[in-house]
Amino acid sequence: MNHRLPWGQMGRMAGRRVLLAVPVLAAVTFGVFAVAAASPFDPVKAYAGTAGLTASQENLDQLRANLGVDRPLVSRWWDWLGSALGGDLGDSTVMRQPVADVIGERLGWSVLLATAAFAVAVLLGTGLGVLAARRPGRLLDRCVSAAAYTLEAAPAFWLGLLAIWFFALELGLLPAGGLTDAASDTVTLGQVAGHLELPAAVLGISQLPWFFLYVRQGVADALGEDPVRGARARGLSERTVLLGHALRSGMLPMLTLIGSRVPELITGALLVETVFSWPGIAAATVQAATSVDFPLLAALTVLATVAVVLGNLLSDLLYALADPRVGFDG
Amino acid sequence: MTARSIRGAAAATLATVLALTAAACSQPGGPAGGSGSGAADSAVVGIAYEPDSLSPLLGYGKDGNSKIFDGLLALDAGMKLRPALATALPEVRDHGLTYTYRLRKGVKFSDGEPFGAKDVVFTYRTILDEKTNNASRTELDAVKSVEAEGDDTVVFRLKYPYAPFAQRTVLPIAPEHIAGKQDVNTGDFTTRPIGTGPYLLTQWSKGEKLSFRANPGYWGGEPKVKKFTMAIIKDDDVRATRLRAGELDGAILPPNLAKGFTDGTRTYAATTYDYRTVTLPTHNAVAGDTAVRRALDVAVDRKAMVDSILNGEGRPAYGPVPTDSEWFTKGTERTHDLAAAKKILDDAGWKPGKDGIRTRNGVRAAFPLWYLTGDKLRQDHALAYASDARKAGIDITTEAGTWEVIEPRMKQDAVLAGGGSPADPDFDQYTLLKSSLAGDGFNNMAWYDNKAVDKALEAGRRSGDGAARKAAYDTVQRELMKNPGYTFLTHIDHLYVVKDRFGPLTTQVEPHDHGLASGPWWNVEDWTPKK
Repeated sequence: MNHRLPWGQMGRMAGRRVLLAVPVLAAVTFGVFAVAAASPFDPVKAYAGTAGLTASQENLDQLRANLGVDRPLVSRWWDWLGSALGGDLGDSTVMRQPVADVIGERLGWSVLLATAAFAVAVLLGTGLGVLAARRPGRLLDRCVSAAAYTLEAAPAFWLGLLAIWFFALELGLLPAGGLTDAASDTVTLGQVAGHLELPAAVLGISQLPWFFLYVRQGVADALGEDPVRGARARGLSERTVLLGHALRSGMLPMLTLIGSRVPELITGALLVETVFSWPGIAAATVQAATSVDFPLLAALTVLATVAVVLGNLLSDLLYALADPRVGFDG
Repeated sequence: MTARSIRGAAAATLATVLALTAAACSQPGGPAGGSGSGAADSAVVGIAYEPDSLSPLLGYGKDGNSKIFDGLLALDAGMKLRPALATALPEVRDHGLTYTYRLRKGVKFSDGEPFGAKDVVFTYRTILDEKTNNASRTELDAVKSVEAEGDDTVVFRLKYPYAPFAQRTVLPIAPEHIAGKQDVNTGDFTTRPIGTGPYLLTQWSKGEKLSFRANPGYWGGEPKVKKFTMAIIKDDDVRATRLRAGELDGAILPPNLAKGFTDGTRTYAATTYDYRTVTLPTHNAVAGDTAVRRALDVAVDRKAMVDSILNGEGRPAYGPVPTDSEWFTKGTERTHDLAAAKKILDDAGWKPGKDGIRTRNGVRAAFPLWYLTGDKLRQDHALAYASDARKAGIDITTEAGTWEVIEPRMKQDAVLAGGGSPADPDFDQYTLLKSSLAGDGFNNMAWYDNKAVDKALEAGRRSGDGAARKAAYDTVQRELMKNPGYTFLTHIDHLYVVKDRFGPLTTQVEPHDHGLASGPWWNVEDWTPKK
């Protein structure tokens, strides 16, 4: 038995994916510029805000020229691409800051929230899925499955408002929003942990049904297959049968799911961050979109695309590791 | 392949992600002092709006109370000008064309560098530079030049006599030695400002809060509230909850939520210039008719709107100037009189049809009224207005839209608009009513065109004499009664709830656009909290 990981094959697969990502990224950024150019929102009005309501037309026209938003689409995209490849992501007009600063200040908090939520979804989903599959049709299975189907239909922001209402307003247990208490200037671990619980739980639970349903189905199927029956016949303990045999083969579809849920996780995170005043990239993304802030919008899209590509790569690598028949050919 | 190797791979992946996360999780704002929640000398308030930038060069704090900066002048509780970075009110010469300010000596920016005339000149010249993305530049349209004379005198020369110019100089002064060395539109200064003001910014966690600490070297004396935090909480209910939970010391709240606070708190109702009005476009065959305008002006029940929509926290509006202002013209109040409205329309030839809607020469007395999507207050005003108009036989259809939808229609369709600026009557009325500004951006949205008003507006801004200005704005208000191109509905009070321990506080007369400069904390540097 080979205990070492096939690093060489994994590396080659990752390399192929990175090469494939280049044209994808170029197309995606161009798409963003095209969609933004066709958007009904006016970047100048968004920039001026309430001051724009009393500004003279001459003042607004000058702003339009300064912001460079009257230039043709293709040349703007080409210029942006050129400077982005050189490491300069440009300046965000709406935030009055370089794009790199805008993202740098916020990305960490979004990654923290998304990672915590993903952990909640995967761990809880797998655990509940195994328990439900063990005794299909029993009370636990019926309750959790029904809840999962309901949750799948519930939008994340609605869950967030519900959670604020219940845990913050009715019970007063957890803070309703922010990264720390308003009076606190320092970001301490305890404060962040306390403020992270509610948003991470809401985001995790909104993603949980998918993992739960996949694992439940996979494990239930595996329990009826020959290897499991064989294992039982050999007198192995129920625990070993369930976790060592049924879960391992039942988890395969879930590994694919990890990659494909990344986009959902990102959009879910945007909604949850808004509800909980979480200082992540959500507010910046919404503002970038409604203000047609081209450089910021393009950078955020690149980030999201990279996250999706990486998510898919990760799930393919895990899949190939878990099931040697698949191989590293993708 | 074994289970162990998979677990190993999964653990390695997880560890990498966590390590990356931890590395990326530095504090967003930079260094900061210790936390002092609930301490006697700290205050935390909840506000609904977040500034886009903290750079005065891009428009931050242009109406004063910027906390981090000072203007040449400042407004006191009674909205009277008093000197700040200047030692006295300006000397006005050359028939109102030259304003000379003498500057306070010994003032330092919070980084220790001295403040001087060069900073004033830099600030104004940068704002006037067309490369600077400042959407409020038009407000300084009158300025021809600004020059330093020595190190402590600044002279402004104007293109035309502009009486309210001194009111504009509450604008905060930026340090040339910092802001002059970076990109004015996107440099560091827009998020990490340095000023001469009573507070220093310790942290700005965007979307969450702005934290300030007292400036120990403030020329006006170090503030007693040492730590001041503005939490940005857009949702009214969440803001009220966090105030009730004790996390906040004060907050802006809508009337229905402010009512619930009694013990240990005080509620302050700030009077305002914040009006809601209906534009009656000159180019609409119905709304442009003077008889229709006058009929609507008396058909509308303003008192009922104040009582039902605003829960009594406001007052009826008859023009941009609120009834309790010294600039208000007594005798221009309009009483609600449906019979009079009907008579005006009858006399003008608008005859009721079968469905109760009037027509004249085949034109049906109907037009659309737009309000901003999602703005509950404007929606309520629009619906009440349409219902009052219908009783007089005018059919108004209310429609919701974003500004992108509304703007191209403003020339023909009515809009439920808001505005109001208390510092000087010229600020509102010139841009709202001057015929030459019709359709210029969002100025004069109704394309109002009245020669007498145009003349009075010019007289009002050019004359340096108080009595002559009062007479000019009296004329404007009387003309608006004869030909009401806008139906003014209400002036809205802004409500704030603050904990008792800060003692009795004051509020200024507030504008429509009330960001972090408004509220009882307009002068937080003068608060004396009890232990």
